[in-house]
Amino acid sequence: MSILREKLENTSERVFTAEFPSIDGGGMDSVIKNAARLAPWFDAVNATDNPAAHAHTSNTTTAIAMKMHGLEPIMQIVCRDKNRIAIQADMIGASLHGITNLSLLTGDDVTAGDEPEARRVFDVDSAQAINMARIMANGTYLSGRKINPAPDFYIGAVENSAAPPFDYRIQRALKKHRAGAQFLQLQICYHPERLEAFCKGVAEVAPDLKLIPTIVLMKGAKGLAFMNDKVPGIDVPTDVLARASGASDPAQEVYNLTLELAQHALSLPGVRGLHVTDFRHDETLDLFMNDLGQTPKRQG
Amino acid sequence: MLKKLLPLVEHAVKKPVWDCRMCGQCVLHSTGMTCPMTCPKTLRNGPCGGVRENGNCEVIPEMQCIWVKAYDRTVSLPLPKVWKEHYNELRPPVDMQLQGTSSWINLVTKRDQQVPAGWSVGKH
Ligand code: SF4
Repeated sequence: MSILREKLENTSERVFTAEFPSIDGGGMDSVIKNAARLAPWFDAVNATDNPAAHAHTSNTTTAIAMKMHGLEPIMQIVCRDKNRIAIQADMIGASLHGITNLSLLTGDDVTAGDEPEARRVFDVDSAQAINMARIMANGTYLSGRKINPAPDFYIGAVENSAAPPFDYRIQRALKKHRAGAQFLQLQICYHPERLEAFCKGVAEVAPDLKLIPTIVLMKGAKGLAFMNDKVPGIDVPTDVLARASGASDPAQEVYNLTLELAQHALSLPGVRGLHVTDFRHDETLDLFMNDLGQTPKRQG
Repeated sequence: MLKKLLPLVEHAVKKPVWDCRMCGQCVLHSTGMTCPMTCPKTLRNGPCGGVRENGNCEVIPEMQCIWVKAYDRTVSLPLPKVWKEHYNELRPPVDMQLQGTSSWINLVTKRDQQVPAGWSVGKH
């Protein structure tokens, strides 16, 4: 059984997940270096699928490399680049290598990337892809063709707790849960009251759906402005931007703000841990995890 | 004859009002009379995570996200209760074989309700 599933389903311990950096050149050495940095702190790490519509080493190959070097992968699959046949092939291919944590998401549009002239696929959407994973875990492909034995998937998804239509986001999370999602990684949210309303609403109806909000470690106020302007679906309130840029030490202020957001998120119903996106790649990660009361799990 | 004629009539009626893309498996009733095939990502099960703070589309900034529109209209339009309740149903993947055919015929023949054999395996 995956460590992630074991911890989320059979314990009440906090779970920490992270994003594996995109790999291009650099070969296995770059995988080893990143795995060593992340291993002490994280239960499972996302192997991304062409994030922000930029080509990188593929989701499956990255997940296999991570597993070889001591990290438990959560393999992401986005709906932008592959049709239903290729998505099912990704999932069953992952299971061949013992990769069973999946996270299925819509994906940024092709226009967000460096090849905006590409064809968008979106043959299925995220809720349908989640249901396909569930169907496969039940022993058949979408067509009904048998898979024996069935792959032992632990199915996750992503939701934005703070994008319009606000009232509907809880319903959408519940739809993904009905389709088969057992955990949800939530996109970064700089409106604590929206995250709170979302988590409460979900936990009321689906207390067994595990929520993992995202926290982003960034260098300073510029990073916040970038998130606000460039990342689809992310809004940073003006008072938060002002607090960061107006501080005498903006970098420290952004860190304090991040820690406050993290502590608040961890206090909410249904929340079982955090997903940490680290844009700093320095010792801030260790400091942050220490400040949250964590101790390193294992040697990298 | 009807099979050839009806798609033309259906398109002539639905294109100007809903910007119909002739997917052949109409779900307008459950989406506040808003066509999900006009979403640049052709999502059938609700909005992506990229909707802008003002409710506009991630891909086309000057267009309202069709799922924001669909939600507002489902809440506010005087539509039958069952239609409103269908807003959050799990819609199956589009059957590409029906592209360009008349959803009116497919509704009558129930062809639009056919799903892959595995789709309903296990419970939802
Ligand atoms: S913002 Fe709305 S209309 Fe635009 S791609 Fe996402 S779901 Fe579709």
